[in-house]
Amino acid sequence: MRERIALMIKADMGLFHSKKSLAATVSFLVCLMFVPVYGSSYVLDVVNRIGIAVIAALGLNILTGFTGLISLGNAAFMAIGAYSASWLAMRTGINFIFCIPVAGIITAALGMVVGIPSLRLRGLYLAMATLAAHFIVEFLAVHWESVTGGVAGLTISSPTVAGFALDSDRTVYYLIIPTAILSVLFVSNIFRTRVGRAFIAIRDQEMSAAVMGIDVFKYKLISFALSSFFAGVAGALMACQTRIITPENFPISIAIDSLAMIIIGGLCSVIGTIFGAVFLTALPEFLRLATTALAGSFPELIGKLASLKELVFGLLVILFLIFEPHGISAIWQRTKNRF
Amino acid sequence: MDFTFLMQLLINGLVVGSIYALVATGFVIIFKSSSALNLAQGEFLMVGAYICLYLVLQHKVPFIAAFVITMLFSALLGIVIERTTLRPLLGSPVISVIMATLGLASVLRALLQIFFGVDTIPFPEIFPPEPVHIGPVPVSIGYLYSLCCVAVLLTALTAFFKYTKSGLAMRATASSRQTALSMGISVKKVFAMSWCIAAMVSAIGGILLGAIRGGVDMSLANMGLKVLPVVILGGMDSIAGAVLGGLIIGLLENLCGGYLDPLVGGGVKEVVPYIALVLILMVRPSGLLGSRRIERM
Amino acid sequence: MALSLNTQLSCHDIRLTFGGVTALDGVSFEVMDGEIFAIIGPNGAGKSSMLNCISGLYRPQQGEIKFDGLTIRDLPPHQRAKRGIARSFQNIALFRELSVIDNIMTGRHLSQRAGVISGGLFWGWAKCDEEHHRAVVEEIIESLGLQDIRRCAVGSLPYGRQKRVELARALAMEPRLLLLDEPMAGMNAAERDDMVGFILEANCRRKITVVMIEHDMGMVMDISDTVCVLDFGKRIALGSPEQIMNDPHVIKAYLGEDDGFF
Repeated sequence: MRERIALMIKADMGLFHSKKSLAATVSFLVCLMFVPVYGSSYVLDVVNRIGIAVIAALGLNILTGFTGLISLGNAAFMAIGAYSASWLAMRTGINFIFCIPVAGIITAALGMVVGIPSLRLRGLYLAMATLAAHFIVEFLAVHWESVTGGVAGLTISSPTVAGFALDSDRTVYYLIIPTAILSVLFVSNIFRTRVGRAFIAIRDQEMSAAVMGIDVFKYKLISFALSSFFAGVAGALMACQTRIITPENFPISIAIDSLAMIIIGGLCSVIGTIFGAVFLTALPEFLRLATTALAGSFPELIGKLASLKELVFGLLVILFLIFEPHGISAIWQRTKNRF
Repeated sequence: MDFTFLMQLLINGLVVGSIYALVATGFVIIFKSSSALNLAQGEFLMVGAYICLYLVLQHKVPFIAAFVITMLFSALLGIVIERTTLRPLLGSPVISVIMATLGLASVLRALLQIFFGVDTIPFPEIFPPEPVHIGPVPVSIGYLYSLCCVAVLLTALTAFFKYTKSGLAMRATASSRQTALSMGISVKKVFAMSWCIAAMVSAIGGILLGAIRGGVDMSLANMGLKVLPVVILGGMDSIAGAVLGGLIIGLLENLCGGYLDPLVGGGVKEVVPYIALVLILMVRPSGLLGSRRIERM
Repeated sequence: MALSLNTQLSCHDIRLTFGGVTALDGVSFEVMDGEIFAIIGPNGAGKSSMLNCISGLYRPQQGEIKFDGLTIRDLPPHQRAKRGIARSFQNIALFRELSVIDNIMTGRHLSQRAGVISGGLFWGWAKCDEEHHRAVVEEIIESLGLQDIRRCAVGSLPYGRQKRVELARALAMEPRLLLLDEPMAGMNAAERDDMVGFILEANCRRKITVVMIEHDMGMVMDISDTVCVLDFGKRIALGSPEQIMNDPHVIKAYLGEDDGFF
């Protein structure tokens, strides 16, 4: 009897529902290790951007998907992370690797400053406040030249690990992808414990959560800090990848992309976040391949590529919202159950 | 000189503010009737400007006729969007609706880009170019027309809400959806109507803005987001608030832009409304004329 | 059960108004440690408002609420939960997307200690902590007969089951005072009997004081030690079930004026 319960508890707590999914995950991770060996520089660039997008979207999903607080400020938080990491590395000469977590912490602190005035108000006020934060950060990025370098931006010296400079897509991969994997693991773990349950409780029934002893304001703030932390880390990694950051790296469309990733992937689903990030980062690349292939018959397509991307993006968001509000993760769940 | 500069800023502010007021009114109408946050308001504005421009330039339609056709088109667009995108999402969480309007914004923007390209298209001169002088201050006639136009429209809208049956139905729905339903008001029709009106007033805003600026391009869409500080200042559920907020934000950004830009090197105009937004959220989240109940959960 | 003579909860002269409407008008009562205390009254009498004042969702304009002799009047809800007050809601307020087991686990929130970092790292003491508390929850699940729906999302469960999960969630807090808002509303006879059993068990075995709102008079008179009757925000009677049944004010409130109809 007691053993049976112990077994059930173990099954409830596990990250994987079966041995098969554990095996699949492990083999996927092993494959990931070999991507830099065989992948072209183009593939690596895309995969790196996916890794960064996963971290950023994961952060947003904690706040928006799990805690139910809508944020349009993800791009701003990424910018804060990128600039603070770069500035630190430049001013102090510390290895960029160490600046990344520090940038995350700085972003988390600033994120809380943005969050405090609106967390006591209704959800859509937070959307407004974060949007305002976005434009204010954008303004500062352009005009606070002593820190941000203005429109010219900042150039980042590559991080080094044990004397090796991570200065190409191939090498920086080993910084971005492990960070992404660790972030996914960390967040999955949080949702196995009381902190994660508190977030979801607040989203589903705020009053009831308070009565259960959850300090609603505190946990909203924690959610905000965690979310900004990951956005900040993603931004710092982006600085690492592009090696030069300007205000143009962080337009509002990045924030909207992050939102679309978690909507299409699945709000409130860690694996969905990954799907969404992969899907929306890879989509423009597919479109580009498709238009290049069709360029022979429709030469005007090439020029319209940017608009086409935007059209497909918008349509996808709307179609998912209407026909599959739980996103790709729901489709994934159904397919898995079929086998 | 200083005085002229100040007057110039004030007039600019007033004119831009009146257009903010118009677009914000559309936003508030949608928010009040269906509590949806429409972040595609700026794209509605752009659609109006582009369609009107296209008719005038390509088909040589006289301006007034083009204007009327644009209105009809916008009304239709509003209804189609409500029917296809928003209605299936009735009862979905706030995030879904916000995201849907963001998706909508992308779609509209992309379609306009595909049809009209991304370059600025010059707007034909509808208003005579010579300014009139009010005292020593030269004021372009377009500005005056625009101000009058907005004033007339807002009055018409107010009358519509006060005196017509549909207007009453919309107000009833805004105050309680359930009660309105039980009184036999077709809430769906009200939603459709609110989108229709919002699209139309935004289109007018777009045409006016295009005419004043002398050109139309993708940057018009930024107006859609500027509406947010306006409605927060005025109060999310108050049309009078939207008008007041629009004027104040218009004045504020022009004055700050005029006097602070030289000090910090430009861009103040773009950011001041958002700084104001944050301050308002901290001090008085219900805005100047909004009702208190909307701010808390 | 045998009553101790310690007052656990005392409400004194509670007055609560919403705009111009007075929901509670100078209500006072005391709840003894370990008793079952029922609040009854017609619809709109202010019963739920009273519970909301005790659990901290409403803050009365006037009056004093003491729990274990200390005032809790100005504490936010989560602080009151910490002192040992748990509750259920009239219109079930479960976390819809969470499974039954996770819903009940939220009841352990206050007893658990994991923070963001220890939770994120998980392997180590957060895991032990989690295992320990899950074992406690399994026990509650067993005792309330919820084993077959452990992993279902609560949103999909029938009403009676949801009520039971809500009770389980409150019990998981190991409270000293349990506030139940119509725990049996909308249940069939068998479910009611089960519910009565669970409430009595919580009261006798777990030594939890119960304050409940209920419309089922038979049940109220059977199991409660003290009954408080509210009408239009005023306390019109307070006493043992026998006293209440014979109280002329109560009869008047429930049956209307005895003259006038015929």
